[in-house]
Amino acid sequence: MATTTVTHKNKSYFGTKVGLYLPLIITLIISIFPFYWMIVGATNHSSKMFTNPPTLSFGNQLATNLSNLNDSVGIWRVLFNSLLVSLVYVALSLTICTLAAYALSKFEFKGKRVIFTVLMLSMMIPYQATLIPLFRLMADFHLLNTYFALIAPQLVFPFAIFLMRQNFIAFPTALMEAARIDGAGELKIFLTIVIPSMKPALAATAIYLFMMQWNNFMWPLVATTSSNMYTFPVALSSLIGVSIIDYGQVMTGITIATIPIIIFFLLLQKQFISGMLGSAVK
Amino acid sequence: MTRNRSIPYWFLMPALILFIIFTIYPILSSLILSFEKLDQGTYVFAGFANYVRLFHDTVFYKALENTFIILVIQVPIMLILALILASALNSKLLKLRGFFRVSFFMPAVTSLVAYSILFSILLQDNGLINHLLGYVGIKPVHWLTTAIGAKVSIILAMTWRWTGYNMVIYLAAMQNIPEELYEAASLDGAGKFRQFINVTVPQLKPVILFTAIISTISTLQLFDEPYNLTKGGPGDATMTLGLYIYQNGFKYFDFGYASAIAYIVVIIVAILSYVQFKVTGDE
Repeated sequence: MATTTVTHKNKSYFGTKVGLYLPLIITLIISIFPFYWMIVGATNHSSKMFTNPPTLSFGNQLATNLSNLNDSVGIWRVLFNSLLVSLVYVALSLTICTLAAYALSKFEFKGKRVIFTVLMLSMMIPYQATLIPLFRLMADFHLLNTYFALIAPQLVFPFAIFLMRQNFIAFPTALMEAARIDGAGELKIFLTIVIPSMKPALAATAIYLFMMQWNNFMWPLVATTSSNMYTFPVALSSLIGVSIIDYGQVMTGITIATIPIIIFFLLLQKQFISGMLGSAVK
Repeated sequence: MTRNRSIPYWFLMPALILFIIFTIYPILSSLILSFEKLDQGTYVFAGFANYVRLFHDTVFYKALENTFIILVIQVPIMLILALILASALNSKLLKLRGFFRVSFFMPAVTSLVAYSILFSILLQDNGLINHLLGYVGIKPVHWLTTAIGAKVSIILAMTWRWTGYNMVIYLAAMQNIPEELYEAASLDGAGKFRQFINVTVPQLKPVILFTAIISTISTLQLFDEPYNLTKGGPGDATMTLGLYIYQNGFKYFDFGYASAIAYIVVIIVAILSYVQFKVTGDE
């Protein structure tokens, strides 16, 4: 009797395990496989993308695809544009949003509630509602096709303010008070006492802002008309707007757009996830 | 102490100035623009003309319909899948939780344009997905060339990208559910499924509401996927409000009309967020 109970128990335990792992493994394959296939595509000729049985092994066309891609969109120029725009954007936006978040969390002043509420409510306004006036504004000042136009409009990113504010709230105000009694200036308190303990939060917010700008599509599509000012997503999109599409170079392009971010993500998972989730970083 | 009064305003100033120029001004300007019409090179007041035109515009209705079909089907499927995956990852029996978590989250960091293009290649008539379906005896599906297929393609692609993201949110929230609730349910004879329905889901209600609102707002603005994956086609089968705003603004350069559509989206977002709060949230 005892042994049958044990085997029965083992069996249902085994069943639970299969029931648990099988769907997860299927989801895993669905999540990961497109990345693998993308890299395979980047190393193969255009025609290999549609063979039956499917081509699942690496080819030797990467160099050819890369040079074709460069001929079509000037890949290094476009990559440079995207990197420059994203990095400058992160540096400026992080500074501006952090300063604002600090004021909104550590000080009491007139209009605080109103300002915070308006900032948060603006997150609900679809970006498309600001697109046309922004375009006209840039056009009026002859700023289309400039780095300024690509960087400026979203420098105040309410979500980043929200994220930093949560972390400032958790910072002990007593430490600031102690420094004030010692006669330290407000800027000094901010830079030497508060900011050094905010490094994880700043990293998470910076990563979020970088990803947002790196992947941004609609505004760069509108704000750039000459191909030497295209950002990476706009250049990629232009590759499939032609009548005869070279899928090899397209796959190479999307691989270059994706793999660095994935590697970056794998190295800094914690900061990525807390940044994207908007949760406080501990 | 009086010198301290102005300090927060100095910290806030750069953000406030930029916010007024690049957010407040455009929001108000496009509201005004939505009541204007181009007349001999300048925009002049046109009353509700743009909004009246919307009521007779079949493409607008099509875009509205498509956006809602995608919203009503995609968001619930994705959120339910995310909930199920999160509770599977939360199981004590599971090993390699971190590995699964990171792998499922990975699609959420890929560029919207890149994944849309990738899916547009995978889903072609002689593409990889149809070949794989062939192995299990399913005939090739015309993903991108039929009205239904194109909508399904967008739904599949969005679900691929965003499920893991929502799952990680749920998984984080599940850590805060007191273990006693499960023990009590277990003593009452509730199985894993009943525990999921009666403990997990009610406990996660505020988080589910949050993800539903975020997904709704972003789906109503859907642009990158229809632009790159289906190009709004075939016909106008995947024309979305976001794509239609872009077309009117930057293909036909009808800024007044495009602004009117954008404001319809603003109103819909406001109404839906309000309804979702009322229906799901008590506090």
